[in-house]
Amino acid sequence: MNRLPDDTRQRSTRAPVVLAGTLVVGSGLLLLLGAGIGSTGFDSLLDARHDPVAVQIIRDIRAPRAIGAWLAGALLALAGAIAQGLFRNPLADPYLLGSASGASLGVAVALAAMGSSPQTTQWLSRLGLTSAAFVGATAAVFLTLALARGVHQTMRLLLAGVVVGVVLGALGSLIMMLRPEVMMSMQAFMLGSTGFVGWSACAVMAAAWLVCALIAAALSRVLDGLSLGEATAASLGLPLARMRIVLVATLALATGAAVAQTGLIAFVGLAAPHLVRSIVRTTHRWFLMLSSLMGGVLLLAADTLARWLIAPQELPVGVVTAVLGGGYLLWLMQRRGGMVGGS
Amino acid sequence: MSHGAKPLRRVPGATPALLARDIHAQLGHVPVLHGIDLELPGGRWTSVVGPNGAGKSTLLKVLAQLTPYDGEVTLFGQPLSDLPARDRARRMAWLGQNESSGDDLSVWDVAMLGRLPHQAWLAAPSAADLQAVEQALRATQAWDWRDRSLGQLSGGERQRVLLARALAVQADVLLMDEPLANLDPPHQSDWLGMVRHLVAQGCTVVSVLHEISFALHADEMVIVVQGRVVHQGPCNDPVTHRTLEQVFDQRIAIVPVAGQWVALARNE
Repeated sequence: MNRLPDDTRQRSTRAPVVLAGTLVVGSGLLLLLGAGIGSTGFDSLLDARHDPVAVQIIRDIRAPRAIGAWLAGALLALAGAIAQGLFRNPLADPYLLGSASGASLGVAVALAAMGSSPQTTQWLSRLGLTSAAFVGATAAVFLTLALARGVHQTMRLLLAGVVVGVVLGALGSLIMMLRPEVMMSMQAFMLGSTGFVGWSACAVMAAAWLVCALIAAALSRVLDGLSLGEATAASLGLPLARMRIVLVATLALATGAAVAQTGLIAFVGLAAPHLVRSIVRTTHRWFLMLSSLMGGVLLLAADTLARWLIAPQELPVGVVTAVLGGGYLLWLMQRRGGMVGGS
Repeated sequence: MSHGAKPLRRVPGATPALLARDIHAQLGHVPVLHGIDLELPGGRWTSVVGPNGAGKSTLLKVLAQLTPYDGEVTLFGQPLSDLPARDRARRMAWLGQNESSGDDLSVWDVAMLGRLPHQAWLAAPSAADLQAVEQALRATQAWDWRDRSLGQLSGGERQRVLLARALAVQADVLLMDEPLANLDPPHQSDWLGMVRHLVAQGCTVVSVLHEISFALHADEMVIVVQGRVVHQGPCNDPVTHRTLEQVFDQRIAIVPVAGQWVALARNE
């Protein structure tokens, strides 16, 4: 009576382990593929090693871009999975707390201030835009928290996020209207692109991912508890107020780090957790990690497709994720007979 | 209504498990509880009844420290406001009404959440945890579907899993809000047996029940009307029965049927 049949626990962890393994292997294969794809189509990495120019292209451009795409996807999906758990809403996404429009506004302000003159070196403007996006995203989240008077009431938080999103979005549009020359660059940012990700951006995202993933793993049981309702979670002695602050900060850090490097990439943060949930239903400890891996795979695959489909031209990766992610959610909606969001 | 608050009655030989003094609470900006004084005996089953909107659920949440209030609540003589949340959670379990439930979690995972107050942060479940979870799932007959996710269960099955979650805490005090919701008659009867068993082991059970006939199975009854306790007394006491009938505008009659007290709806 007090011994568990041994297969019980194994059965419930086997599926997540298999999925995690598949996603890790898939990530590796996609990284190899991504490093081999350029404006000339696919080059085998094996052929390239004798050509110093090809090696340099792979080392300095394709490898960081592929790794950066994976990291941005992993960050966005982790943020999405945290948001869905924290707000107990399967339609929550990483941009929920106003960070997306905050980042756009930051970029619009920076572009308008710097001017988009070709004299500005690209590196300098990248750095400026990255910081502006991060500052904008973080400031927007803090503004949302201030309006919601803290993180205690989920509904207030969501509404404040909507208000901040709309107002900051309007301010961003106003800047674009007053300074039409920034419109092109803004559009590129709002569609999202992994084209400018270098090793420094990878390092920033990797550090952010590590921190966020560790915090998420440590707080996964809080999210499990919250899924039974706030009162039940509180009755279990969980210090909800403190943990909500940490989770919101993690959410903001993950989103801000990704958005600052790659712009507003749509749907990865929403679709990756859904995709995981449709394959395996498990506790948050697994769910957060699997969602993050899935996000990395999704964005890397989308980025590879974006570079490959109409090579030597490339599609903005945000368009690819929007088409793929939107298509997937539509399919999910059809399959569940309009039950998406109805828990 | 004409009945005024009756003085609290001490149960001889029983330690008060929960003591509430001058409790005021509000939902949003609407005052719901207006100065509640309550003494709940330890090792007994108390049911809280009253008309819709009387403040029964809020009262239970105040006892469980899940909603802000003015006044004082003590658990076995210790002010609950001084007790760290984790210690409180080990000693007092709460089962809510209409709480959302994690559809993705397995039945086993949900019951294991009841062990959270006992577990060190990030620690794997101990042998005691495994045993408590199995016992709770068997007691509610949910053991056979331990690997299914909550989203695959019916309302009644889900309720039994949530009940198992509360039982797995193995607390001294168990607070339950409408625990019989969605349960079919055999499982309602199982629930009664389970509560009897818990009380026999010294557990203190407080349940909010809208079904008066079930509430009458308890040892004690607390009747709440418009945010005030209007009566507290044994469930087999005629005074309790008369108060109930009066509170429900004489629309029910408490009558004995087959050795039990039953509330019948009056037609007129």
